[in-house]
Amino acid sequence: MRLRDGALTLTLLDYLRLTERATGTKEGCAEGDCGACTVVLRRSVGGGFVYQPVNACILLAGQADGADVITVEDLADGATLHPVQQAMVEQHGSQCGFCTPGFIMALFALYHAQRDAPLDRAAVNDWIAGNLCRCTGYRPIVDAALASCGGVATDRFATQEAEAARALAAIDGEDDVFAGSDERFFAAPASIPALAALYAKHPDAVLVGGATDVGLWITKQFHELAKIIWLGRVRGLDAIDDVADAITFGATASHEAAIPHLAAIDPDLGELMRRFAGKQIRSVGTIGGNIANGSPIGDTPPALIALGATLALQKGDVVRRIPLEDFFLAYGKQDRTASEFVRAVQVPKLKVDERFRCYKISKRFDQDISAVMGAFKVTLAGARIAAARIAFGGMAATPKRALAAEAALAGADLGDAGSWQAALAALADDFSPITDQRASADYRRDVVRALLRKALMETAGAATHRTRVVGIRETADAAAS
Amino acid sequence: MPPPPDLAEIDAPTRTVRAPTMHDSAVRHVCGTAVYVDDIREPEGMLHAAVGGATVAHGRIKRLGLDAVRAAPGVVLVLTAADIPGRNDCSPVMGDDPIFAGGVVEFRGQVLFAVVAETRDAARRAVRLAEIEIDAEPPLVTVDQALAAESRILPDYTFRKGDSAAALAAAPNRHAGTLRIGGQEHFYLEGQVALAVPGEDEMLVHSSTQHPSELQHTIARMLKLPQAAVTVEVRRMGGAFGGKETQAGQWAAIAALAARLTGRPCKLRLDRDDDMIMTGKRHDFRADYQIAFDNDGRIQGYDVCLASRCGYSADLSGSINDRAMFHADNAYYLPAATILSKRMKTHTVSNTAFRGFGGPQGMLAIERAIDAIAWTLGRDPLDVRKRNLYGNGRDMTPYGMRVTDNILPEMIDALERSSDYRARRRTVAAFNADSPLLKRGLALTPVKFGISFTNTFLNQAGALVHVYQDGTVHLNHSGTEMGQGLFIKVAQVVAEEFGIDLDRVQITATTTGKVPNTSATAASSGSDLNGMAAQAAARAIKARLTDFAAAEFDVPAEQISFRDNQVFAGNTAIPFPDLVHKAYRGQVSLSSTGFYRTPRIHWDAKTATGRPFFYFAYGAACSEVTVDITTGEMKVERIDILHDVGRSLNPAIDIGQIEGGFVQGMGWLTAEELVFDAEGRLLTHAPSTYKVPCASDVPADLRIALFDGPNREETIYRSKAVGEPPLMLAISVFAAIADALHSLSPGKSVPLNAPATPESILHSVKELARA
Repeated sequence: MRLRDGALTLTLLDYLRLTERATGTKEGCAEGDCGACTVVLRRSVGGGFVYQPVNACILLAGQADGADVITVEDLADGATLHPVQQAMVEQHGSQCGFCTPGFIMALFALYHAQRDAPLDRAAVNDWIAGNLCRCTGYRPIVDAALASCGGVATDRFATQEAEAARALAAIDGEDDVFAGSDERFFAAPASIPALAALYAKHPDAVLVGGATDVGLWITKQFHELAKIIWLGRVRGLDAIDDVADAITFGATASHEAAIPHLAAIDPDLGELMRRFAGKQIRSVGTIGGNIANGSPIGDTPPALIALGATLALQKGDVVRRIPLEDFFLAYGKQDRTASEFVRAVQVPKLKVDERFRCYKISKRFDQDISAVMGAFKVTLAGARIAAARIAFGGMAATPKRALAAEAALAGADLGDAGSWQAALAALADDFSPITDQRASADYRRDVVRALLRKALMETAGAATHRTRVVGIRETADAAAS
Repeated sequence: MPPPPDLAEIDAPTRTVRAPTMHDSAVRHVCGTAVYVDDIREPEGMLHAAVGGATVAHGRIKRLGLDAVRAAPGVVLVLTAADIPGRNDCSPVMGDDPIFAGGVVEFRGQVLFAVVAETRDAARRAVRLAEIEIDAEPPLVTVDQALAAESRILPDYTFRKGDSAAALAAAPNRHAGTLRIGGQEHFYLEGQVALAVPGEDEMLVHSSTQHPSELQHTIARMLKLPQAAVTVEVRRMGGAFGGKETQAGQWAAIAALAARLTGRPCKLRLDRDDDMIMTGKRHDFRADYQIAFDNDGRIQGYDVCLASRCGYSADLSGSINDRAMFHADNAYYLPAATILSKRMKTHTVSNTAFRGFGGPQGMLAIERAIDAIAWTLGRDPLDVRKRNLYGNGRDMTPYGMRVTDNILPEMIDALERSSDYRARRRTVAAFNADSPLLKRGLALTPVKFGISFTNTFLNQAGALVHVYQDGTVHLNHSGTEMGQGLFIKVAQVVAEEFGIDLDRVQITATTTGKVPNTSATAASSGSDLNGMAAQAAARAIKARLTDFAAAEFDVPAEQISFRDNQVFAGNTAIPFPDLVHKAYRGQVSLSSTGFYRTPRIHWDAKTATGRPFFYFAYGAACSEVTVDITTGEMKVERIDILHDVGRSLNPAIDIGQIEGGFVQGMGWLTAEELVFDAEGRLLTHAPSTYKVPCASDVPADLRIALFDGPNREETIYRSKAVGEPPLMLAISVFAAIADALHSLSPGKSVPLNAPATPESILHSVKELARA
């Protein structure tokens, strides 16, 4: 497919349904929250293939650059169903059938996923967290996944990968992509210097990472985005540099790619990133995007602020570094000058005397936006707390540190809950939350105290199967060992 | 009393019926080739419509400035109330739902105009250019505000049995409480959509609707066309759950109006946010109850006032609130009861049918009252439930119908054993004694759900069956397919009748052109009604074929049988298609309609007595949960369900209905929260803010069994309706959460309201600590 002028903000879903008239892929919400529009982007990566499930409804058609777009219509081989289709039929996994193409494509990606651990129900639940079904109650869909996925892929997509690799190689290139004119364009620079130069020339352009937010500006708010710079082609911008004492995530490192690195810092971080969004959003959503977006309820900033992360911003060829929390100035306002872009975020690993906990509070555990998200790093000196870094999302107009509580916690005794009281009380000075559709201000105030207490209890040694209902650390520890 | 069932007939072997056959569209679903309205290949020249809604919840329109809208690129036509040639109404009964609001607006998002344009995008963009000025008046948003203002949409209605006031005065124990019950968004995955195709002087409308006949009537009225000139067709819906019973009409009407005025086909598909803002939902309720009971926990009297948020118009609120009253007893015998229903008018979207149709809210109130009895007396709630079930000499409902088919005592006993309830009760208590932050809860609750439309005349259905010369069968009936598996069940019945393979039966789209004057596919009645109607049609043809074969082969008609794709006439066997072809040449009619009306039901609304239900469907569920009392987070640990579908027509389909209904009910009572602000603005109008259950919300430990027993009434193959009843099994989850919280302050009543979101749970924890 070729992007033409006037169709620069065309979504992949509209392209499929309206241009190709391929109506197997459905629109359920047009905001990336139901998964009915799930398609798979197959990309050639390092000699192999990745099968990314994505929400076509909020993916710009241009983001499919360099990928093989696989939709539900492509799976059956004549009258022979694909194994995931066959399993869904056998398990009675569809009722009204409208969500089914999206589930089929999510399972197709799972069928092709490289897995270290055997596939179990929890893993399937996570894999389909971005797909809503209102009819079945999910059990038969999960059973279909367990029956068909988790083994070695033997479908024709697997057997014909060499052919596909050649086809993708033929359209691959190192060139900058630019469709449109100086007034209206979709550009995909191929290098960091090219990005810096293009953005310098067009400071009014919108930088797009995964489009998991920008997509909604188009489908819901009808924004006229004249100039789009998509970052997905920029080589090296998605690099993850995992060294002894810190990890540096390039701005376009996807959440999915970041999970194992963050989980290695602490299992709570891995669980946070898992619950952050379903697979479709995690596959394309970027670490840099979740920061640059400046949302007060983004989940990564509070966690990374508590860890003491540093943000690298680049303009032209100049890179400056600031503490992550300093980036967030006010609601909708960040410390980013014209033509400056998020280059990377550096996250220090925990030192031996440091403990970390984070919690996400939401109406639904998976793929929901936090009412409150709390992250805690305490530095221990024996049983005493030498220092603490505490940050919350959902409590203010920006992700924000609890400086009063941090100060009050210094010197507290982990073994003496009485010594935590000053810090718990200080949280009231740190925040004046609002009431919205996710939670009331009262609830938010109650919950931040509960989370700080929980973090301290756990740090003091309480087993998490006695302190929380999800994200049990002992389970993660057992799986890791 | 029903006649004693004929066991020989009930247990006669079947070939197609009762098999766990897959959904007829299963392969199409997984291949993406199942066609929904938005997937129909668009006719040449098709236009797209989009709608614009009121910007305040209540007020008078001062100015509707549409010049910029008309001038926008691609716009062909802008429609308002003035463009409607006939009646500006899409209501089911009361004439109070304008297709386009005129002078007064009564909810935020109420449709004022529509844009018809060359593309969907052009239509939706143009809508945003409207200049709408409304003299705003303060809206009534909540049930409490409507009660304070005495703002009613329909008169109060009361069921009375005995003297509940005297029972309350005389009883040794009393408990009074208030329970707030939230509404629910349907969140069918396929949003509202219609495609209208104009003919010579006719109109064909493809709509995602549960009620093609009502749409036909609405459109005919609006366009001043005879009903015979309007045809409404629906092959399948991408989910409905009651949300496409009346709520599909407005969009079909607007598309038809545009098609009529332009002479071009027109499609209207709502964006998800508009769909959630502009279409009705499950009613929110406030239940104020008093219950009197003896020292053994036996109920002596129950008084309940069920006040609901109906929204700005009546819609189906009359019948919905009636059904809440019919289920205010749930499974329990009430010696004396006063059940008062208040149907409150608010300046919010008009609430509508949703799986259970008021029943769930009525049930939830008495289940809370039962829990309160147990808490007051220090008993296990299950024992109080069992003590109060309908039984011998205790079988009269508050509406004058005897419960004669009650199987709950044996069902509950069976589930109590299979779920290991008593041992787990002890485990839960031990866990809670030693767990300061997390509390476990356990509850086993029953469901008794009345089957039939309570508007008795609606209990009718038609079918049309043709047999063609190659022996294939064309099946059509009045029911619509929304995923519930109705079409495959009815096809199984017809295949069974002719003794042919299921793939010989062609399932076809529901259309008012083949079967007229249909009722909505609703009230769980689809297979009860349409299964019988289709069987009648098939039997009529079969009788003609039998007579023909008897003459042809010179054997008595009793010796003719149809099975294995053959017709047996004495010692002769002839393939079914061959007999059909012979019959055609023998000038035998191979087409028939079929009709069914539910027998033996009646209802007198004046005296509030009668036999509104043909029978009851039963079920019971046991749920265990863990609650974090510091954050209010909750996890469901295990579910055990035993459910009654009579003799199942299709166990695979029925289990799907049970699981799906349960999970949907669990969503209603836990995470799904509709938040309106003080100005009547719905804040949760997208899946980003309105959270239906996802896969991880369903516990891995999920044990579902069908209760084995035939319907005592003569239903199709002695099956029972299954669409709605399982939703209410999820009350066990809500009760289990309350049970967990009760461990904090034994003896006190838990003030938990629905939905039990983390915030609602934490609020209850704080209230318990304060009390």
